[in-house]
Amino acid sequence: MNLNRRSFLKMSAVASGGFTLSLYIKPLALAQAPPKQADLKPQAFIRIAPDGTTTIMARGPEMGQGIKTILPMMIAEELDVDWKDVRVEQADLNEAVYGSQSAGGSTSTPKSWEPLRRVGAAGRQMLVQTAAQSWGVPVSECTTKSGCVLHAATGKQVGYGELAAKAAKLPCPALDQVALKDPKDYCIIGKSQKGIDTHSIVTGKPLYGIDVALPGMLFAVIEKCLVFGGKVKTANLDQIKQMPGVRHVVVIDGTLTLAGFTPPEPGMEPGVAILADTWWHAQKARKSLKVDWDYGPGATQSSDAFAKQAESLLQAAPGNTVSSYGDVDSALKGAAKVVEANYTFPFIAHATLEPMNTTAQWKDGKLEIWTTSQAPGGGLALVVKELGISATDVTVHLCRVGGGFGRRLMNDYMVEAAYLAKQVNVPVKLLWAREDDMTHDAYRAGGFVGLKAGLDAQGKLVAWRHHLVTYGDGKQLAPGARISAGEFPSGLAPNYALYTSAMPLMLRTGYLRAPGDNAYAFVAQSFLDELAAAAGRDPLEFQLDILKYAPVAVPGEAGKPKGPQDLNPERMRGVLELVAEKSGWANRKKEPGRAMGIAGYFCHLGYFAEVADVSVDKDNKIKVNHVWAAGDVGSQIINPIAAESMGFGGVVEGMGHMQQEITLVDGKVQQTNFHQHPLMRMKQIPPIEVYWRKTDFSPTGLGEPTLPPILPAVGNAVFAATGKRIRTLPLAKSGFSWA
Amino acid sequence: MPVELTINNVAKTVEVEPDTPLLWVLRDTLNLHGTKYGCGMGLCGACTVMVAGQAVRSCLTQVSTVVGKPITTIEGLSPDGSHPVQVAWETIDVPQCGYCQAGQIMSATALLSKTPHPTDAEIDAAMSGNLCRCGTYPRIRQAIQLAAKSGVAVQKG
Repeated sequence: MNLNRRSFLKMSAVASGGFTLSLYIKPLALAQAPPKQADLKPQAFIRIAPDGTTTIMARGPEMGQGIKTILPMMIAEELDVDWKDVRVEQADLNEAVYGSQSAGGSTSTPKSWEPLRRVGAAGRQMLVQTAAQSWGVPVSECTTKSGCVLHAATGKQVGYGELAAKAAKLPCPALDQVALKDPKDYCIIGKSQKGIDTHSIVTGKPLYGIDVALPGMLFAVIEKCLVFGGKVKTANLDQIKQMPGVRHVVVIDGTLTLAGFTPPEPGMEPGVAILADTWWHAQKARKSLKVDWDYGPGATQSSDAFAKQAESLLQAAPGNTVSSYGDVDSALKGAAKVVEANYTFPFIAHATLEPMNTTAQWKDGKLEIWTTSQAPGGGLALVVKELGISATDVTVHLCRVGGGFGRRLMNDYMVEAAYLAKQVNVPVKLLWAREDDMTHDAYRAGGFVGLKAGLDAQGKLVAWRHHLVTYGDGKQLAPGARISAGEFPSGLAPNYALYTSAMPLMLRTGYLRAPGDNAYAFVAQSFLDELAAAAGRDPLEFQLDILKYAPVAVPGEAGKPKGPQDLNPERMRGVLELVAEKSGWANRKKEPGRAMGIAGYFCHLGYFAEVADVSVDKDNKIKVNHVWAAGDVGSQIINPIAAESMGFGGVVEGMGHMQQEITLVDGKVQQTNFHQHPLMRMKQIPPIEVYWRKTDFSPTGLGEPTLPPILPAVGNAVFAATGKRIRTLPLAKSGFSWA
Repeated sequence: MPVELTINNVAKTVEVEPDTPLLWVLRDTLNLHGTKYGCGMGLCGACTVMVAGQAVRSCLTQVSTVVGKPITTIEGLSPDGSHPVQVAWETIDVPQCGYCQAGQIMSATALLSKTPHPTDAEIDAAMSGNLCRCGTYPRIRQAIQLAAKSGVAVQKG
């Protein structure tokens, strides 16, 4: 982007904006003396017009998580302007100026909370300094309010708009030295601010990647093999070229190499691209396309074979030890009661409602891209690598994203559009059909889990053995399949072992909202409920009790101070107790076919507990009557109306996961559209109540942690209502379905 | 071939094949990008528009079948977002990613024009053809109730 043209405050030196997440997730006590941060400049983020209208750059991709509103709120609060005077503009990709512009892993809030407030405060300081100089009064006697600098003794007052041009010429103060507001003085943060694009959305403005239109643009679709990595042998290209509206047909050889470990960005997939005057022309021509595919080694894979292989791996010695302490096998032998169960969860697709797309223009050796990436910096690097061009010749515009959920951390569609634009030398809008999206996703990895736990005579947990069989090549697990050594109840169970075994997979997996956790919570929190039942104890009381166990040193962790990335049992207890109180857990009624279930989970620095009230009819159809959610993401809910939306979203999406499945037969993905991989519909969604427990920790994100507990909360409620335990997802494979 | 359409009260003549889905005529021929593509099979409702007051899935509607019928898209509800359903959506701050919302708004408008004061069950029945991947359903319900209170019935889409 052209900063000079856009900025009233002139750009000063551009410095590196790299971030280390760990710097931003310290408890509040450390925030008073923050370490030196990336060299962000107020001039890059803020411009103030003479009439006081303040434009703030939104750095991260907006995909519904609300950061186009929330991050500018942080700046505006400390700049001390009224929110009504703020306009927000989406920044182009320029991480040297804006710092990290990727959005994923619920990191936008923790990595922005300190630095962006400091950017605002530095801007305010420069404006105050300018006013003080012009009045000849000490800076210390000046205050600010609603976009004005005031001097009480003389009654002088001046608007920021009159100061901005001069202020921009001052040297930028060191961000770690600027004073921040006391949170009790917040006027914007902590107050619900509507989505900055809401008006444009409800009036149908073209905001999204799919809406980009350039003069002379062609529309592209790409036919790919239903077997991952399958190559084009021959195709009726000449016939397709003659079809109405078709301008180019391009065979993409692809750049990927199949192996037992498939990285999230494995290279370009082979296929046949059809470029036409309209998308419909391209898509219609595609229906006549006949490709003779070389399916390759991926065609040997099937879901049934993986399930059989996993079954035998669960009986064998595990391939890898993630964490082990105490003596889990002896403790199990000595336990008064041993509970054993196997859990299974499938591949699922992201299925963002806006299918993958990117528009690209190659002109005079320069590439311009309009995309919906969640990780545009990574996308740019990939484009540079695949096309063999220089990053300085590429401009990347960020469009509003019609759903991310982790799918758009992968940038395959961005590379494809750039590649096609360079091939044909006219602007190209690549739009995947829904069928392409569902059959060529980077799926949530499936898994098969063997669990064994022991209880003593008092019904207390003494040992937990956890064996996850998933995908990978033995050296590393498939993307999104990683499981942490801190997986609950690691560090609390007196004897514990967590093992993994991996099956080679020639299929792309990736990061789906709360990667790993979206399935691991279902497994661990359902099994915990089984243990409580075996012990004859209330599941809430059983879990709260474990959260009070004396912590056990996990190998490799001894002596290391606990940080926000580690489970804090007190915070977990807090949200469990809050959700229990709000749902009336203690006095819950149990009637035939209707009951409540509870679950909690800690991930992505956030704590959530959820209670589901469900009814199950004689046909095993599950109706969720009500959901209560309680979360702890630190001291501040920055934008309450958006935070509540994230609570709704996690619950609705988690329910959706319970009914979804992607399967392979002869390597071919079997599900192609929403009739085979459904999303939740309105009539299936109960009232959802979301509550917050505020604690003395720096604010963290909400994209992920709201989701995981709903799956086990529902499963546990179904057990309480029917005595039947859901151990296999999707629901249909356990004999259940949504009503 | 030339096809004559009436979109948002404006007569338009477009050069398209008669079997082209209305969705792609709106989006790619007329540059009305508010109506969205989600599935192409009538499963998600993102492409919902109103034809003669009825909510229809434009991805499955061949353009030749709507000649001479009034078509309303999200852009035609009001020039400035002042239609009661849009106002309610904005007041409640319904959207998350927002991609499905044009379709949701069109379905809600069609519902309210026939059933000015719908029950929750009627809302669920009318709206369950519109998917929201982000899970804004609780807010959509709220917004429809609010629009109903503000008397959308007098302002047919």
